[in-house]
Amino acid sequence: MSTAAEELHHDDHHHHAPSGIKRWLYTTNHKDIGTLYLWFAFIMFLVGGAMAMVIRAELFQPGLQIVEPNFFNQMTTVHGLIMVFGAVMPAFTGLANWLVPMMIGAPDMALPRMNNWSFWILPGAFTILLASLFMEGGGPAFGWTFYAPLSTTYSNDTTALFVFSVHIMGISSIMGAINVIVTIFNMRAPGMTWMKMPLFVWTWLITAFLLIAVMPVLAGAVTMVLTDKFFGTSFFDAAGGGDPVMFQHIFWFFGHPEVYIMILPAFGIISAIIPTFSRKKLFGYASMVYATTSIALLSFIVWAHHMFTTGMPVAAELFFMFATMLISVPTGVKVFNWVATMWRGSLSFEVPMLFALAFIVLFTIGGLSGLMLAIVPVDFQYHDTYFVVAHFHYVLVTGAIFSIMAAVYYWLPKWTGKMFDITLAKWHFWCSLISVNVLFFPMHFVGLAGMPRRIPDYALQFADFNQWISIGGFAFGLSQLIFLALLIKACRKQGEPVTDQVWEGAEGLEWELPSPAPYHTFETPPVIK
Amino acid sequence: MTTEQTQQDKNGKLVLKLVGVVFGMFGFAYLLVPLYDVFCDITGINGKTSDTAAVYEAVEIDKSRRVTVEFITRTHTGMPWQFEAKTRRVDVYPGELNQVDFFVKNSTAKNYVAQAIPSVSPGTAALYINKTECFCFNHQPLGAGEEALMPMKFYVDPQLPKDIKFFTVQYTLYDVTANAQDVAMNQG
Ligand code: HEM
Ligand SMILES: [Cu+2]
Repeated sequence: MSTAAEELHHDDHHHHAPSGIKRWLYTTNHKDIGTLYLWFAFIMFLVGGAMAMVIRAELFQPGLQIVEPNFFNQMTTVHGLIMVFGAVMPAFTGLANWLVPMMIGAPDMALPRMNNWSFWILPGAFTILLASLFMEGGGPAFGWTFYAPLSTTYSNDTTALFVFSVHIMGISSIMGAINVIVTIFNMRAPGMTWMKMPLFVWTWLITAFLLIAVMPVLAGAVTMVLTDKFFGTSFFDAAGGGDPVMFQHIFWFFGHPEVYIMILPAFGIISAIIPTFSRKKLFGYASMVYATTSIALLSFIVWAHHMFTTGMPVAAELFFMFATMLISVPTGVKVFNWVATMWRGSLSFEVPMLFALAFIVLFTIGGLSGLMLAIVPVDFQYHDTYFVVAHFHYVLVTGAIFSIMAAVYYWLPKWTGKMFDITLAKWHFWCSLISVNVLFFPMHFVGLAGMPRRIPDYALQFADFNQWISIGGFAFGLSQLIFLALLIKACRKQGEPVTDQVWEGAEGLEWELPSPAPYHTFETPPVIK
Repeated sequence: MTTEQTQQDKNGKLVLKLVGVVFGMFGFAYLLVPLYDVFCDITGINGKTSDTAAVYEAVEIDKSRRVTVEFITRTHTGMPWQFEAKTRRVDVYPGELNQVDFFVKNSTAKNYVAQAIPSVSPGTAALYINKTECFCFNHQPLGAGEEALMPMKFYVDPQLPKDIKFFTVQYTLYDVTANAQDVAMNQG
């Protein structure tokens, strides 16, 4: 008894909140919730990463050696779901929680109780999804895109759990998005006008609108799958008058805006980091806002570029091809602005800047392969090959995830008050940078040569490249353990204390707060210059 | 105190609007279903032919060109019937009424109800094939061991674009016994 009391006492260093686990369970503080989201995302990143290691181990050699094809399919499916809904999206929500109130001079998020709920239902959703892997027949094996009839006629009964967990993930992100919108609309400090908001706030605002627009459509799609499978409706069943191709339309109507949900906050992060380490103002702030808005709007009219091979009429193929290419215009504006910001700046290459620079180069490679995929006749060849896998990993891993890492390195000293271990961080950067390219670059070539995606076996001539890819994969996976070690050290508050500004050249309200940022900030609104 | 109150009112109002958008978009997902059907009916782009009978009345026959129509049959997984077109391919004048018979046989010891679903390729041709009679308009029951000849009467609309000289009509036979229990029982 006395030891328990001692332990309680020991954990109680935050006098404002209940102690121990209860502090985290009941917390409504935006910083606590941000931390929870970020750790959750990182754990999911490691879990999803472990699945990627299984995939790469199986593909190390042609033939079937380590896992059953059905299990392989479950790995590709759950890897995709976890990385999208468990790693990238919660990480961005965590960053929004930490940063949006501090950047607009608000004391907290507008709806703190809902904030607590939107986080705490997430672990439940992923427990359900992961548990289904261990049930009879295994978990979902139809790809993260769950095309009907794979997910209806040909799936097993754990599909119900898949649907349930996607619903919970959806509700969580919708609540998170509503919170962000209300906070930005109603909680800005006096004088923080729209066009003074940092770009991270802008991009997150637009992302939040995309989320509330398309997450319900995803919910509709999974519900239709559920009722088709278990309750005799025929939305996607031709025998009953439905159409399986319609599934793809509904899914991608959600799916394409979803990919922008995963990249717009990244644009905001990069737009914060580049000016700091160039010691210049961001070039073309207003054009960045307009570019982000037009990307978001255009993202609703390009969905069928995922469906070029379903037999659409030529007129529709042309429309979606040109609409897709149009998106690269505002995207190009952004890349141009970042480069122009660096032009004649006095650059320095701290770790966040290294990740941001890698982002610009590698994300652009991903954009270029996207442009190739947007060309209809060319996509007929590339569709469903490793070329597509290469494309979306360049935009998502070296795009979204590199931006998240850049953000963590950039703001971590503000959160902990201590500089992270720079040597480890540089190891993490260089190991990740090299291995990620060994991992994903050769995928372009095997894709062009015709290796199909989502298949556990392949033709002999792809063997050499696949070994390289797998080696790159294992190395990238191991590199993330460096990041883990660094984060543990940082959370133990090891390292040199930092100044309030942390980075010479950093501008914005969050850098005017003390380091570490106190538990409660801006309880009286700051004065905006 | 009062400013806090107004702040909460403001938040509440905005949340309500946003929740409205969320429900609206959930509804929109379902609205996409009829929209898709209407859109495809008008444009014919998913290759589905009309599921109601056309009337053959005062149609002018265009003797200046012929169109080749090919018929493909298949049974969906788990549907054990034999199913084939008696005529695999016909050359027709647009506007001319034709009949093609389809043979089905249920050689199992079970009663089945089938539904045939047509699909035309290229999809745009679907708008120009008019059926005055088709087995695909209804469920087709067959008792154990029975066989039947199912007719399909159609004409190609003379409006068919000139560049379409050949199109394929595929029928897929689905097992809908479970959905049509009553019909099956009456048969048995
Ligand atoms: C210049 C911008 C982009 C263009 C033109 C583009 C184009 C395309 C096209 C045409 C496809 C379909 C390929 C196929 O399946 O045959 C595709 C797939 C994909 N893209 Fe992009 N894309 C762009 C940017 C992005 C971004 C920014 C992201 C995410 C951050 C992204 C994520 C994806 C994903 C996840 C897929 C594959 C989905 C799947 O089938 O599983 N793309 N892209
Ligand atoms: Cu897309």
